[in-house]
Formats: sequence, C-alpha cells, structure tokens
Amino acid sequence: MAGSRSPFKNPLLKGFDERLPVLRAVHHSMTAHAYPKNLNYWWNFGSIAGIMLMVMILTGLFMAMHYKPSVEEDTYGINQAFRSVEHIMRDVKGGMFLRYLHSVGASFFFIAVIFHMFRGMYYGSYKAPREVLWILGCIILILMMGISFLGYSLVWGVMSFAAAEVITQVFTAIPVLGDGILVLLRGGEDVDDALLNRFFALHFLLPFVLAGVVILHILTLQTVGSNNPLGIDLKSKKDTVSFHPYYTFKDIFGLSVFFTIYLAVVAWAPERLAEAINNQPTDYNLPSHIVPEWYLLPFYAILKVFTWDLNLFGLVITGKQLGALAMAGSLGILFLLPWLDTSPVRSGRFRPVFKIFFWGFAVCCVILALVGAQTSGEAFFIPTPFGRLPLGFDGGNGFVWGSTQQWGVLFTGYYFAYFIVILPVLGLFERPKQLPASISEPVLA
Amino acid sequence: MAGTPTDVANPDRRNFIVLSTMAMAGIGAASAGVALVRTMTPTRDVAGGGTIEVSLDGIAEGSGIVATSGRKKYSVRRRTSAEIEAAVAGDADKLRHQETDAERVQRPEWLVLRLQCPHLGCPPQGTAAGEKRGEFGGFFCPCHNSQFDTSGRIRKGPSPANLPVPKYFFASDEMIVIGKEA
Repeated sequence: MAGSRSPFKNPLLKGFDERLPVLRAVHHSMTAHAYPKNLNYWWNFGSIAGIMLMVMILTGLFMAMHYKPSVEEDTYGINQAFRSVEHIMRDVKGGMFLRYLHSVGASFFFIAVIFHMFRGMYYGSYKAPREVLWILGCIILILMMGISFLGYSLVWGVMSFAAAEVITQVFTAIPVLGDGILVLLRGGEDVDDALLNRFFALHFLLPFVLAGVVILHILTLQTVGSNNPLGIDLKSKKDTVSFHPYYTFKDIFGLSVFFTIYLAVVAWAPERLAEAINNQPTDYNLPSHIVPEWYLLPFYAILKVFTWDLNLFGLVITGKQLGALAMAGSLGILFLLPWLDTSPVRSGRFRPVFKIFFWGFAVCCVILALVGAQTSGEAFFIPTPFGRLPLGFDGGNGFVWGSTQQWGVLFTGYYFAYFIVILPVLGLFERPKQLPASISEPVLA
Repeated sequence: MAGTPTDVANPDRRNFIVLSTMAMAGIGAASAGVALVRTMTPTRDVAGGGTIEVSLDGIAEGSGIVATSGRKKYSVRRRTSAEIEAAVAGDADKLRHQETDAERVQRPEWLVLRLQCPHLGCPPQGTAAGEKRGEFGGFFCPCHNSQFDTSGRIRKGPSPANLPVPKYFFASDEMIVIGKEA
C-alpha cells in the first residue's frame, strides 16, 4: 500500500490520495488482492456480518439519543429506562422500526456470524496460515456475546433484570476474588442504577472496539488470503479473480437475500425471537423460567447442566464453578482449534469421516440450544411443527429418564470431545480423498 | 489479474447496469439516512403542546403578566390609552423594522408578545407596571440595552427586529389562547 503509486486518474482524487493515501488503500483492497475464483455462497457471511455491525452501530447510535439509563420510577412504578424504550417505540418518528431493526438485527448479526464460523470449521479456514484470523474471529464472537447481553439489560424489563442478576452472579464462582468482582461489575451489592449506567456506557463503547477487531480481522485476511471450498493453496493467476466486481456483486446478491429475510422478520415478526415477558418493566423479582436470547442458549446450557460437585482428592469444585469453567472453556477451546485439528487437509469436502462428526457437532449445538431453553429436571423434547417429539419420560419416584439435564450433559460431553478427542485423533487415522492439483483443474482423478 | 472485465462485449449495457445499480443503492442509502435523521426530530410530546390559556381577568390598565409555556415566555400587557396613542404615533417614525401598531395587535388595549429579544434571546423587562421600560416606555432588554416602544418595536439598541408577536386569539373577552390561531 504505502509506496505504491496512486491508481486514480481524476486529478482531484489523485491529488488527495497522494497526500492521504486512504483511497488507494480501499482501491487496493478491492482490486489488488487475488481471491480464489471458486468461493461459494457460504463465503458471503463475512461481509454480511460486517454490514450487520454497521446496521447495529447506526441504529444503536440513533436510539441512544432517546434512551435514559435510569432506574428511577414514575408514579406508575415504571422505571425511566423502560419508559424511554417505550418512548422510542411509541413517540419517536420511525422509532418502532428503529428498535426492531436493532433487536432483530442482533439475532441476524449472530446468524451471519454463526454461518461464517461453521463455514470456517467445515472448510478448515482456521488452519495454517490462518490461525490469527480465526483467533480474531473468536474474540469478535465473545465481544458480540458480551455486547448483546449488555444491550439486553438496558431495556430494564423482567428478563433484563434476570439476565443482569444471573450473569453477574456467575463471576462469584471465581474463588476468593469473585465477590469483589461482582461488586465491581454492579457498582454495589445489588443490580441497580449503578449497574445500568455502566452497562449503557459499555454497550456504547464495545461495538467500536469490536469494529477495531474487525479491521484487524480483515487486515489479516488480506495478508494470508481467503481459504476456498477446496481448501488448497492458490497455484497460479488462473485460480484467482479480483474482489471487485466478482465478489462485490456476489456479496450484494447474498446480502439482498439475507436482508429480505431480516427485514421481513423486522416487519412481520419482530417479537418472534424475543421473550414477551421482557415487555414488562422489572419489579426486581426473578421470573420462574429464566432464558437468555436464543444465540446464547448453547453456552447457557453448558453453564447450567453441572449440578454436582467434583471432589479432586479433597479439592472440591462446586457445580456452579464447574458450570462457569465449562462455559468459559467452551469459548476458550475455540482459540485452540487450529492446533487441535491435526489433519493436514483443510476442506471437509475431502474428509469423509470428519464430515460425519462435523454435522454431529452442528446438531450438538442445536440440541444444546434446546437444552438451554428447557427446564433442567423435566423430560427433554424437540419442538417440531407437528408438536413435541419427546426424548425422555417420567420414570416414577421423581426420576426422569432423558431429562433436559441428562441430554445436556451428554451433548456438553460431545461438544468438548469434538475438540479434545475427535479432531486430534481423526487427523492421524482418517484417509482423506485425493486433493485436486489446483482450483482451475479440480477434476484430476 | 485473471479475468478482469475490460473486454466486455457491450460496454454501454454494462455501464447502464453499473450506473443504475449505483443509483438504486444511492436511493436506498439516502432513504435510510432520511429515516434515521427523522428519528431525531421532536416527538409529539415535546413539539405538540405549546398552547396556553391566559386569563385577562384582573390585569390592571398599564400593567401585564408574563405567561410561560414550556421554556417560552409571553408578555400579555394591558396598555393605557396614552400608550396606545404613543404606539400609533410611532407608526410615522423612521423604524428599523417597519410595522404599524395595527398590524401587531388584535385589540388595541391588549399587547401580546413573545418575550425573547431578537438580538440574542434574553427576556426583555417591562411587562409588569414596576419594571424598567426604557426611554420609549415599552420594553427594555437588560442584556444589551435594546429599547422597545409601547408596541414592542425596536427603537434603540442592538436588536435587529421588533419583539415577535405569537399566534394567539381571544377565546372570550376574559381569555386569550397563545400558541395557535382560532
């Protein structure tokens, strides 16, 4: 970039670019990098996620102009924060649309990122030389989870309070320091005004930190280059095309489809993905059934399935600590993925056994989400359009065969086994299919 | 770069597609921008109100009251016949902001003004009988010494215009409504 000559002919653009070379940086990233010519539609989700981040920052900014982070209650017992959200919904021009773009947008941001990550896991995009790229992505995921939790709390509805109460409590699992951390997070003993104000401040700040990590993510991508569905390195210019116009237009098409669905949900089913009870202001009582937003459910499941204590030669780890450790571990282990997968072949397309375990992992995440949404001690079921498909039954004497909790333990086991056992062992024993010589001559055998 | 599209069969067609795509994207971005900026406009609970009823009962000749609506202040002053005569006589003078007294009042006895000096927005004094009214017996702005006559017209000092007359109407002989016309 630096040192390269300005690519512009227009004297105004050229003159400006020669003094501040940001235009050439954009031009360079669009045209100069060689992208594999065989990227399929699963490669759309990265740019979609980027656009969703912009949508979230924009809609959030304009809502922040109306939001009041205060728990002070009016004569009807409704807190100011909730009132200001109602004000956005009812009085601000276009405010209802604005808020639904933001709340539904969070879900669709996660949808884009989840597809993006599973694509990376299937095609081995985390393997050398893309380890840093993958790790930056993991940081983005964790930031997103934190930001979405903070934002959800701001409504100060029934479930907002429950989320703030329960999630800050998780930190008390940390020995010795836990209680101090709790007070520091809450700005007091209880979930109250101080917490709401710092959550608002952080919810405003962290998306920009996230945007910074996204820029690093893209810089890394441009350095190491895109992976591709065949998972093989680029061999010649015949394997590549420029980003513009090929992938700009492919991305625009995918984005249009994605936005059609997103905006349809915003328009016709904006509360479909939300908990209706959060449309009531909190009375500071915990509801009987606490659930997070859907995108946090698998991790919430891993947090809650540990109900027993572990005695390690006299060192007792409580179930609460196990749950907190497992939840942190379920995210932490993603960082190690590039080194846990020992197979030299990137793309799952050439790994027949890996494919089975990969789709097993996808199913595992869905099951864990269902576990997160259901009551631990009751019989587990899978909701279908035709009714509940029971996967457990009451065995009498208060014992349930196939309870939500039992299924949760099983699939928490699979989640970790996928990373710690399956991927390392599979790379040693699996016989991959023959790889093509290059992208431009894929059929060789 | 392999396959950079410089050699298209029909460049006009391509240019048309590119330009119309960019135009559609531009329209989309502009509409989104309009929608977002619209959320910043005053909401009805802020912008909507603004009318107040002022009872004229008990306002002595030569005095007046200051009525407040939100952050806005209005002067409702009952003029003496001498003050009315002075105001009408002032029509003939050379004024910085030429308006006749008849244009500024609905009933000569009652002068209704927005108490906001056109210079820099201070509230002028002179509504109640005891207040400082300046050389012309009307209103006096303490911030930068603008002096207004008994019709609220600028006579001396930095104000570029007369004190503004708000929308109002007489609901009855005893009551005016400020903030809208009948």
